[in-house]
Amino acid sequence: MMNQNNVLYIDLERKCFHVRNRSDLFNEWLGGVGVALQLYKEEAVRGATPFDPGNVIVFAIGPLTAFYPLASKVVAVFKSPLTGNYGESHAGGRSATAIRSAGYEAIVIKGVSDRPIYLVISEKGVQFRDAATLWGMRSTYTVGRVLREALLGAGVRTIMRIGRAGEKLVRYACVVTETYRHFGRMGLGAVFGSKKLKALIIYGKSSIRAPKIKVYRDAYDEIYGLAIKSDSMKKYHELGTALNVLPLNALGALPTKNLTSNKFEEAERISGESLASNKLGRRVACSHCPVACIHLATIREPYPDEPYFYKTTFVSYDYEPIYSLGSMLGISNVDDLLKLMDEVERGGLDAMSTGVALAWATEAYKKGFVKSNDVLVDIDWGKVDAYRVAVEFVLNQPNEFYEALAKGIDYASKVYGGKEFALSFGGNEMPGYHTGPAAYIGYLIGSRHSHLDSAGYSLDQKTRGLTPDELVDRLIKEECWRQTLSSLVVCYFSRSIYEPSVVKKALNALGYESNEEELEALGRRIYEEKQALKASEGFDPTSLRAPERIFETPSLHGFIDRDYIRTALEHYSKVFKKIVEKTF
Amino acid sequence: MKRLAIIDVERCVGCQLCMFACSRRLGFAGLDKAALYAKSVGGFERGFTVIVCRACIDAPCLRACPVDALRARTGGGVLLDPSKCIGCRFCEKACDIRAIFWDDSTNKPVICVHCGYCVNYCNFRVLGIEETGK
Repeated sequence: MMNQNNVLYIDLERKCFHVRNRSDLFNEWLGGVGVALQLYKEEAVRGATPFDPGNVIVFAIGPLTAFYPLASKVVAVFKSPLTGNYGESHAGGRSATAIRSAGYEAIVIKGVSDRPIYLVISEKGVQFRDAATLWGMRSTYTVGRVLREALLGAGVRTIMRIGRAGEKLVRYACVVTETYRHFGRMGLGAVFGSKKLKALIIYGKSSIRAPKIKVYRDAYDEIYGLAIKSDSMKKYHELGTALNVLPLNALGALPTKNLTSNKFEEAERISGESLASNKLGRRVACSHCPVACIHLATIREPYPDEPYFYKTTFVSYDYEPIYSLGSMLGISNVDDLLKLMDEVERGGLDAMSTGVALAWATEAYKKGFVKSNDVLVDIDWGKVDAYRVAVEFVLNQPNEFYEALAKGIDYASKVYGGKEFALSFGGNEMPGYHTGPAAYIGYLIGSRHSHLDSAGYSLDQKTRGLTPDELVDRLIKEECWRQTLSSLVVCYFSRSIYEPSVVKKALNALGYESNEEELEALGRRIYEEKQALKASEGFDPTSLRAPERIFETPSLHGFIDRDYIRTALEHYSKVFKKIVEKTF
Repeated sequence: MKRLAIIDVERCVGCQLCMFACSRRLGFAGLDKAALYAKSVGGFERGFTVIVCRACIDAPCLRACPVDALRARTGGGVLLDPSKCIGCRFCEKACDIRAIFWDDSTNKPVICVHCGYCVNYCNFRVLGIEETGK
């Protein structure tokens, strides 16, 4: 095996670093999430809260990174300030290749700096640089521009940074990388902010050699062929993830106006088709991805003070922000929607949590749970100008209400009421799939309470009539295999390509002796490790609840049955208990 | 003879598959063995620059080499004899389009041989192979 298995350990408090070879971990856990989880367990101080110096951030890539197409992601593991428990987020851009090129396979960041800093990471190690000038900058775009000009590595580097949201510890602040990709969910940006860490720039010139050139190139060509011929990849290239807007709307699965409806009558206007025809300016790709699903729309705005003087702004769009900032807030004017997305992007907020939080706030305001001196601006469905101001308030937190909203709606609804329509699952605001029980059980039982854990939305669309136990088992099985995929680390969009036999071939060509059974067993072990970790951090599956709202609005499977969800959660609790007993 | 050419740089999505392909020719995973370079023009939204050797007929890099490590390639461009190269980097400096790259691990230039391997992996027809006429 030719990977270096180097782990870079950075201590922000003492401003020092060291590198250790951790083949022990990589041999056992492959890489990515498998290794990141172990490093987190080793380095995080037990019981440390998310903003304590004892919380750590771990980034990891895997054995396929830089070797194969679509192995374009980095896994981040940390304690989430949004859920208070295990946090995990994945991002692409140039980040995975850049970490490989800098000669590392994982990076551990611990401690808290006494002043704002940013880090420049290369083969030479870590430079600790003063971020006083960058701290408080209005826009994450500007931070990116400044760092692009100031530093080396154009084209082969990653520039991860936080915005004001991270600095102000908004619990759903994201980390932006390469301007348009994100470690979006679960508040990694706030953990950066708590550590006074403004940005990470990673670059380098390292390559690794495959042990057998021809075997490797043949395996590569097979996977590349699958990737460029696959239908789903073609769809993601053409319309991007926004292609899901119309089908989900037609199925009655597009959460609208805080899920008071399952259809958005103006969905057409904010659909992938409409955006691609009228607004799409450019498509770009993560490093080593032949799909190029990143869609950048353009907004052309005239300046009011001078004729024929325009500002052209690029905004990256995907299904999730279209749902959370579009249908959830009743916004159908596409320029309005793009402007709101841009505002969220500039501030460094997670688009999903932000949209769902504003949707909850709107309903809470309309129903009188919160007053006009709480919300400060007259928020209402479709009123984009008010929502843009509200986003600014989430960033600045001018009063107690916005301080609460910046902690997520699980918290805010405990303070102000309106829990029954606070669309939060395990502390995480919901993604845009009101497809049926599998989606919601997935959000509840998934290790990070994300639709990406087990894709319940997909199961809802493919199956009918599963018993609650069968459904839970199917979701867990999917989540287990996803642990293997995110240890390699590949993009989940390529999961239909990286089937067990293909993964085996890819690894064998690099000298790993894994087979399908071992790969599946590894995924199961990582899943179990996660459950055990969550238990040790105080997670109690019997405390999981779904908000009433999901039962009030029919889904693709009709009205969701409360008993079905309860039975499923009981089954999951048993599975969880068994895992925890076995692991301790 | 043939040369590698940029057909339409505006179609570039910045996936870097061409750079990975060029490194992979030699069995490497990474970007630094690549004899071509795709980078954004100051932010992804502005598009990309793809730097490839133009296969000059009267190549300035060749004229700059003090030890005859470069010889003219039929159809344009140059071929490197690494055993002669002393790593002075004059060739790199002589190339105004910066199409000569540097391999730090060997301390020798990386120069495109116009084999066209990368073209097979350019899914968006940015790169192509062009007849040079002779």
